[in-house]
Amino acid sequence: MLTRGVRQSIAYGRQLSSEATRRVTLIPGDGIGPEISKAVQEIFEAAKVPISWEPVDVTPVKGRDGIFRIPQRCIDLMHETKVGLKGPLETPIGKGHRSLNLAVRKEFNLYANVRPCRSLVGHKTLYDNVDVVTIRENTEGEYSGIEHEVSPGIMQSIKLITQEASHRVAKYAFEYAKQNGRKLVTVVHKANIMRMSDGLFLNCCREVANDYPEIKFKEAYLDTVCLNMVQDPSQYDVLVMPNLYGDILSDLCAGLIGGLGVTPSGNIGEGAAVFESVHGTAPDIAGQDKANPTALLLSSVLMLRYMELNRYADRIEKACFDAIADGSHKTGDLGGTGTCTSFTRDICARVKDLD
Amino acid sequence: MTSILFTLICLTVPAVLTAPRNGRQITPSTPSIVTDSIIIDPIVTDSIVIDPIVTYSIDGSITDPSIQPCPLSMCPHPGMRLPDESSSTSPCYCPPLPDPMIKCFRKDFPQVARAFHNSSRLDASAIRTHLIPGVRKTQAKYGGRHRCTVLPGDGIGPEMFDHLKKIFIACHAPIDFEVVQVSSSLQSGDMEAALTAIQRNGVGIKGNIETKHHDATFKSRNVELRHRMDLYANILHCVSIPTIPTRHNNIDIVIIRENTEGEYSGLEHESIPGVVESIKIVTQGKIERISRMAFEYAKINKRKKVTAVHKANIQKLGDGLFLKVAKEMAAKHYPEIKFESMIVDNASMQLVAKPQQFDVMLMPNLYGNIISNIACGLIGGPGLVSGMNIGDKYAVFETGTRNTGSSLVGKDVANPTAFIRAGVDMLRYLGCDSHANIISDALWKTLTVDGIHTPDLKGTGKTSEMVRATIKNIRELQH
Amino acid sequence: MLSRSLFALTRGASIAVRGVATAAVDPIGEPVHKLKVTTIPGDGVGPELIYLVQEIVKSTGIPLEFEELFLSDIHWNRSESIEKAVESISRNNNVALKGAIQEAFVLQTEGDLLGLNMRLRKRLDLFANVCHIKTIPGIKTRHGKELDFVIIREQTEGEYSALEHELVPGVIECLKISTRPKIERIAKFAFDYATKHGRKKVIAVHKANIMKLGDGLFLKVCQETAKLYPRIEFDQMIIDNTCMQLVSRPEQFDVMVMPNLYGNIIDNLAAGLVGGAGVVPAESVGSDFVIFEPGSRHAFHAALGRQIANPTAMILCAANMLNHLHLDTYGNALRQAVYDVVKEGKVRTQDFGGYAKSTEFADRVVDKFKI
Repeated sequence: MLTRGVRQSIAYGRQLSSEATRRVTLIPGDGIGPEISKAVQEIFEAAKVPISWEPVDVTPVKGRDGIFRIPQRCIDLMHETKVGLKGPLETPIGKGHRSLNLAVRKEFNLYANVRPCRSLVGHKTLYDNVDVVTIRENTEGEYSGIEHEVSPGIMQSIKLITQEASHRVAKYAFEYAKQNGRKLVTVVHKANIMRMSDGLFLNCCREVANDYPEIKFKEAYLDTVCLNMVQDPSQYDVLVMPNLYGDILSDLCAGLIGGLGVTPSGNIGEGAAVFESVHGTAPDIAGQDKANPTALLLSSVLMLRYMELNRYADRIEKACFDAIADGSHKTGDLGGTGTCTSFTRDICARVKDLD
Repeated sequence: MTSILFTLICLTVPAVLTAPRNGRQITPSTPSIVTDSIIIDPIVTDSIVIDPIVTYSIDGSITDPSIQPCPLSMCPHPGMRLPDESSSTSPCYCPPLPDPMIKCFRKDFPQVARAFHNSSRLDASAIRTHLIPGVRKTQAKYGGRHRCTVLPGDGIGPEMFDHLKKIFIACHAPIDFEVVQVSSSLQSGDMEAALTAIQRNGVGIKGNIETKHHDATFKSRNVELRHRMDLYANILHCVSIPTIPTRHNNIDIVIIRENTEGEYSGLEHESIPGVVESIKIVTQGKIERISRMAFEYAKINKRKKVTAVHKANIQKLGDGLFLKVAKEMAAKHYPEIKFESMIVDNASMQLVAKPQQFDVMLMPNLYGNIISNIACGLIGGPGLVSGMNIGDKYAVFETGTRNTGSSLVGKDVANPTAFIRAGVDMLRYLGCDSHANIISDALWKTLTVDGIHTPDLKGTGKTSEMVRATIKNIRELQH
Repeated sequence: MLSRSLFALTRGASIAVRGVATAAVDPIGEPVHKLKVTTIPGDGVGPELIYLVQEIVKSTGIPLEFEELFLSDIHWNRSESIEKAVESISRNNNVALKGAIQEAFVLQTEGDLLGLNMRLRKRLDLFANVCHIKTIPGIKTRHGKELDFVIIREQTEGEYSALEHELVPGVIECLKISTRPKIERIAKFAFDYATKHGRKKVIAVHKANIMKLGDGLFLKVCQETAKLYPRIEFDQMIIDNTCMQLVSRPEQFDVMVMPNLYGNIIDNLAAGLVGGAGVVPAESVGSDFVIFEPGSRHAFHAALGRQIANPTAMILCAANMLNHLHLDTYGNALRQAVYDVVKEGKVRTQDFGGYAKSTEFADRVVDKFKI
């Protein structure tokens, strides 16, 4: 059953003819969100991507019981479209309503978080040979939210690892590697210390690896990966790991290539997926046309690949990389002088040229 | 080990034995474990480290459970006896007070005297800090090392602290210092920093901080410190050092003074112009805890008598309460300790006339100030005595009488004894007993055997000389 | 009270520091005693590195003596017991120098999930791990920045407590327990460390936005503790952001304090920033004991017997140990000697692109050593 789920999510695109116009839920987000969403929409238009956007507002509304939660309309729409693109959202930490992420993640069981991190030509960082994909289990582990106070001053958090979820994410990692022509999958764990929980995760990965003889499989300790990652990131390709490690390593990798502003992210579930930019809402530059749409754009590219619209994805991605490499219109955070508008226009022009 | 060596000396040098030392008679026993060669050859003597009875663990505690503490109530030092002795009246094997012994040896048996010196582990000095009552928990101990806040203060404080540091390093004392500068001239923010620093580390050692008298709004830093930390007990141990010329000998007085209430609470106001009221407040709870401290101190250090100093004939309520609480506590919980009371003016007079009659003295704040100064004067001056300020959670160690000695700054003539003893007090408080003993013994040796005295003791020694000699002695003692 | 009164009189100090009769001469010209310490060579290259340190000590006249103790999870049948180790360490000035011990995947004893490292740490109550990340001049790093920060990690509770069980087949729960007293002491330790070493800022690393109770408590206690240290700045950072900041702007950090798991990650990550596992010394500190060991605990079996491991971290550990034992002159001189050799760059081990053997490196350190 679980394998079916994975296949389903990966083979989602195949079920539809690739040229029919498809609906995608768009959540522009807060702060700079609307600007960068608009940029993405413009670029998609220029590339003539067969997608119709369904924008939705997710400002929390007060329910009958007095609790704030995201509007039902958003959930309904996601059920219809199955695919979402989401800008940055202001999440009040520790306050009343459940965050959208959590709600959607729960609703559609978004079990894997994918973040391809690739060094950008034209945005110089200390690491120029990064090409790593982190795949993170997203539903259990340390962040399962099972915590309680045993007695005053003693807190107990539970890290939950199940075979089902571990198997599922391992499967996804190998499927992803296969589809994207990746050669090596590394499982990141700490089974020397957490012998049972991480041990289970590791064993699941080993089992799945047997089904994919063409892809190399490696095991590595979390600390070793961290150590090597900052010294020589080129030795890693696809990394698969439990929730917490993934959380940490994915941001670490983002740091290697220049921060969250250029890192795409996708949350894959059973039958649905949400792609998002994971950077902040940057309220200080909102509305000033200074925002960098790269992260959201690359997330949308990830989305197109998920929907099997690879032709468009490749073009947009190339245009985006070229625009940054050329650098004449790149935005301030990448060290350029361009604005969001001029950067968008530049990419649009390049997309059209590629036709 | 100590006991054995001592025994053998007693055996072979009976002449010495007959001389009572501090009123104690020592009778030899267990001769079988002694061999003659040990006595004759000082080098061999030095090497008697193989102890047939007692095994030591690393921190200096005895691991042999059969060893009992000295049963003799007379014994001024915590002692021990051999386990195989059946009779409960068996003699004390405490290390003897060295001075008369050494002198005697020097004259009559130079060889043995040298042996004595070399294995100077024998002389337990009288200035060793007593045990401190209560269970002490250190606040900042990492890797076996304690963190301690230092407030060098004004005047000679900083110099003295440098000397103390050298000594601590020489004896590998497991202490790390955190220095916080506070002086009367600085802003009040620094005082806050000092207070939090002591709260964090739990222990502090401080030089004196001058109080500016001309500024009425200025609260004494010292008083503020004691109040805020609730350091309710001030303990001074005044003991005669034989080679220091004074009028009285054999003084051994412990002064325990209430530190947080009474006259020094700083409650003063001008009711009408020209009329100032100063309020003295005493509370039963605080009297109880200081009394308990005094009796516990007497009990665990095997002192025999507690004298309460008061003025209850005039201050019938305030001092009356003090006296009543102390008396009740003595009768109820400490019947084995003799309790006396004495009016403060009489106590002062008795102190200068017959100071030997006092043992532990217990008193409220103001009288404590007076009595402690008298007692310090009797044994040779303020440079010799350290003071502990102890509360339930924190402790601050300082020199006994509180003056800054700013006239001595930079001249290398101030007496470091008090400051070093304060450091020793702290080591004792922290449970570093072995280090505490080594330093106080080395210091004792510097003062008595080496006879290095600074000008305040009518000597010609320099501060640095004294410190150097102490370090040398520490190294010898460690061998 | 009894025990105290007992050792008050035993002159135990002379025993505690007596060491042995042979005395080196300290720089002031006075005799000093040799101090004894325990060594735990561990697995992999650990023994090699520790022998190198012993060689250096011997040839430079540093007043140290060693008592070796074999602990190993892999060669469990030849390993000493934990109790023996504790006994040895407490006999030898409460100090040990330790190589990495490899955790065996297959458990020798049924039902015991704790590895040997963890058991030792638990027994000695070494609650804090201090890892000092410092750029050594002469080592090329990507950042080229002068890094100097300290990572303090709680290591007696949290994720690595080995509290795991299988609820139903295929479902495993791993408990993370956070207790206030333990957090309090690690927070206090971090601030005390900052105070002692003149550091300006402490950053608490956590994930309290997700683990609201467990890490929330950690954060809260750190905030409370910070109030007692008005002269030290306090800040907090979420773990994933911390990692990102570390690879992009590592110079912003000063002292970092964090729970167990995050510490493991950050330790290794930061070690990577300044040159790898071979150059970062660390120490595990408890109330009563200290164990000095290289920062990234990798046994490095691949290098076993080939004399290619970089001994820098282990020698720096020994230098730190000397400082801890109040032998500052020697400690500083040893550290300086290592820095000089690295800076000179003539003798480089494989990890820095050289061909020198570990022994050659150590010999060079001896040459450079001067008091």
